Amino acid sequence: MTTIDTNTPGADHAHHDEGSYLKPKYGALGTVIQWATTIDHKKIGVMYLFAVMFMFFLGGMAALAVRAELLEPTRTMTTELADGTIQTTITGQIPLWSDPDNAAVGSNNYNRLFTLHGAIMVFMFIVPSVPASLGNFFLPIMLGAKDVAFPRLNLLSWYIYVFGSIFGILSIVLGGVDTGWTFYTPYSTTTDPDHWRVVLMVLAAFVLGFSSILTGLNFIVTVHKLRAPGMGWFDMPLFIWAVYATSIIQVLATPVIGITLLLLIFERLFHVGIFDPALGGDPVLYQHFFWFYSHPVVYVMILPAMGIISELLAVHSRKHIFGYRAIAFSSLGIAGVSFLVWGHHIFTAMGELVSTLFSALTFLVAIPTAIKVFNWISTLYKGSIILNTPMIYALMFLFTFSIGGLTGLPLGALATDLHLHDSYFVVAHFHYVMMGGTVIAMIGGIHHWWPKMFGKMYSEKGALTGAAFVFLGFNVTFFTQFFLGMQGMPRRYASYVDEFQTLHIVSTVGSWLLLVGFLIHLLVFVHSLLAGKKAPPNPWGGLTFEWETESPPIEHNFHHEPLCQHGPYDFDKVVPPHCDAKDYPLPPQAGADDAPRTIA
Amino acid sequence: MTTIDAHHHPVPDQRPKKERLFWKNRGHAEHFRSHEEEFDACKFGMWLFLATEVLLFAGIFCAYAVFRTMYPDAWAAGSHYLNWKIGGLNTVVLLISSFTAAMAVRCAQLDQQRWLKINLVITLLCAAAFVFIKLNYEYIPKLLDGKAPGTFYSYPFAHDPHEPLWWGVYYIGTGIHALHVFIGAGLLAWVLYRATRYKAYGPTEYTMVENSALYWHLVDLVWIFLFPLLYLIH
Repeated sequence: MTTIDTNTPGADHAHHDEGSYLKPKYGALGTVIQWATTIDHKKIGVMYLFAVMFMFFLGGMAALAVRAELLEPTRTMTTELADGTIQTTITGQIPLWSDPDNAAVGSNNYNRLFTLHGAIMVFMFIVPSVPASLGNFFLPIMLGAKDVAFPRLNLLSWYIYVFGSIFGILSIVLGGVDTGWTFYTPYSTTTDPDHWRVVLMVLAAFVLGFSSILTGLNFIVTVHKLRAPGMGWFDMPLFIWAVYATSIIQVLATPVIGITLLLLIFERLFHVGIFDPALGGDPVLYQHFFWFYSHPVVYVMILPAMGIISELLAVHSRKHIFGYRAIAFSSLGIAGVSFLVWGHHIFTAMGELVSTLFSALTFLVAIPTAIKVFNWISTLYKGSIILNTPMIYALMFLFTFSIGGLTGLPLGALATDLHLHDSYFVVAHFHYVMMGGTVIAMIGGIHHWWPKMFGKMYSEKGALTGAAFVFLGFNVTFFTQFFLGMQGMPRRYASYVDEFQTLHIVSTVGSWLLLVGFLIHLLVFVHSLLAGKKAPPNPWGGLTFEWETESPPIEHNFHHEPLCQHGPYDFDKVVPPHCDAKDYPLPPQAGADDAPRTIA
Repeated sequence: MTTIDAHHHPVPDQRPKKERLFWKNRGHAEHFRSHEEEFDACKFGMWLFLATEVLLFAGIFCAYAVFRTMYPDAWAAGSHYLNWKIGGLNTVVLLISSFTAAMAVRCAQLDQQRWLKINLVITLLCAAAFVFIKLNYEYIPKLLDGKAPGTFYSYPFAHDPHEPLWWGVYYIGTGIHALHVFIGAGLLAWVLYRATRYKAYGPTEYTMVENSALYWHLVDLVWIFLFPLLYLIH
């Protein structure tokens, strides 16, 4: 029996009424101040959720503009060899906000738009998306803790995130950065004659990195120190394992991008020459530094999504997850290998031997990833599958993420990469992994936890309609881009040869379907908040700690400190909390001889 | 169902700040189960943060290694402009300060309030001495000679065309280290202030002293790597 000393100086043992964490306490202005100064991980999680969703909206608008531009091939310039000299003729006009007298303005706007899209989506949306919103809200609750280890640091990280995002958006809106989200030198050191925009953008990415480090550090310490009594490492839900692996990458990789971006700022302001070949520097060194962070960071984007999928599939098929330890260790495996594969972004800038090594290491990533996918599919086998929105999204993830993962292999192989690199094939691949993986899983996770976060149910019909549009729109938009890439359409160009137009039109129409899907989801959520049915504490019959407390949780998460008495997925042994045993019949073998596990 | 009563909401503490912050009166944050758990968590968090700092400097060391391999002559020439005696003196200053920072933690654990403050003051004086030596004997004379980073470089007697690059790495490395000296000294000054004003640290409450000292050791450690790499090349 675990005993815990609660006799601390200044502690009051008297019970007083605790309401939902959402309950406003001191009037309208007071509520705003209460939220702005809160150190409650749930409120911070919700604030992060709204902030990243706003960024997703902004980045999405930029993407729609990019797609709209690509409806027309409009070659602005053709260069021909005539009469022994190169002659340039301007044949078309890039319509987007362009100046009729200056063809270059249109392409510059296009370059800024895709930079806006990339930078927002990567630095401000997808890196913090799942860990900072759902992770902040559910990591402490799933561990049975009252809060993360360092609550004030948590609030600080939110403010750092907000200020970083403001810097970043300002730099692009006030005239624009057109380097692409990777800030490759020498683009980033020579374009923008006024200096400050690129510096501001790079500074924004640097600042956002701090927010990422603080969140990751907080989560690692929380997982180590604040697990509920009786909860060993292998009693943790797999979502926690995934966020833990993510946090390790955040803490270890982000400082490297920090110093890289600082060096870039010094390069820009003082021309120290580190990345400038004219002074003896090496621009490829920048790419090594950049991808040493930015490759691991794509696993920061996907790992928490994988954690969500483990939860969704187990809960909504009421089945013990297949291969718990394999999934947990494959998260750590992916985190480990992620640090060794950065070279595959710069195959063409390295020697043959090094490229081959990096190619081989890249294939290694496929192993832990495939372990996860096969374990998920095995979990479904003989499960009581309920086809509700979270489950549909989990199945969608399995489909789109597998395509995304498998198309990574031809890009990791040297011979095929030579043909495919810098083409739309790459664009389609990472959108299948990032959007078809992370975003799809995140939407599924939001639906899964929505009743818990806000205490309201959503309209299942509406959500399923939205899911259908998202699935259709996503595949129409990005599957076509595999073909475009195979045929040779390069990425980041506003104009293209006429042969590609049909596929580009199909892709753009797909982006509109996606927009419709997201708008339906937005309506469903707004409707749920305003007029949704009150959610029961455990609508899905989940077994992890968040389903033991009320919906929405009380301010200190639990009335009593929870004890871990069963595994997170023991659906065949335990009746879920707050659920009727009639609705959740246990299989006959779960008799007296198979008692619930005892507590150390 | 076995549950443990976790209802201990601390009443807002009405005592004056001086009493509240006195080390004997310190409780623990509400979401921790015990004072030890909080201490362990804070120390673990600090070690993780130090790991991020090491990785930050790793980037600079990496750039150093790349360019030293590419331009060994420029690196050797650049190193000869630096006076190893001054660098060595600064190393000694930082080592002493690291020792007194460690002693400050020990004094807090033993409730030796007077020596805690004395050790912290010596550490801060060493930090000031380090910055003074660095500015007065290194940065200012070098900058006046025109040995400045990048485009500001105007030293007319360079032996090697890649020397500006060396100065870039030198100023970035030592400059970011100097920034850490300021941050570390700021933390220790804060500890000194709270030790003097509130007697905030003692045998059961020395997290902040220990974590600031750990940070200071990192500052020292980075310099121990920077010194031979920059000053002692042949």
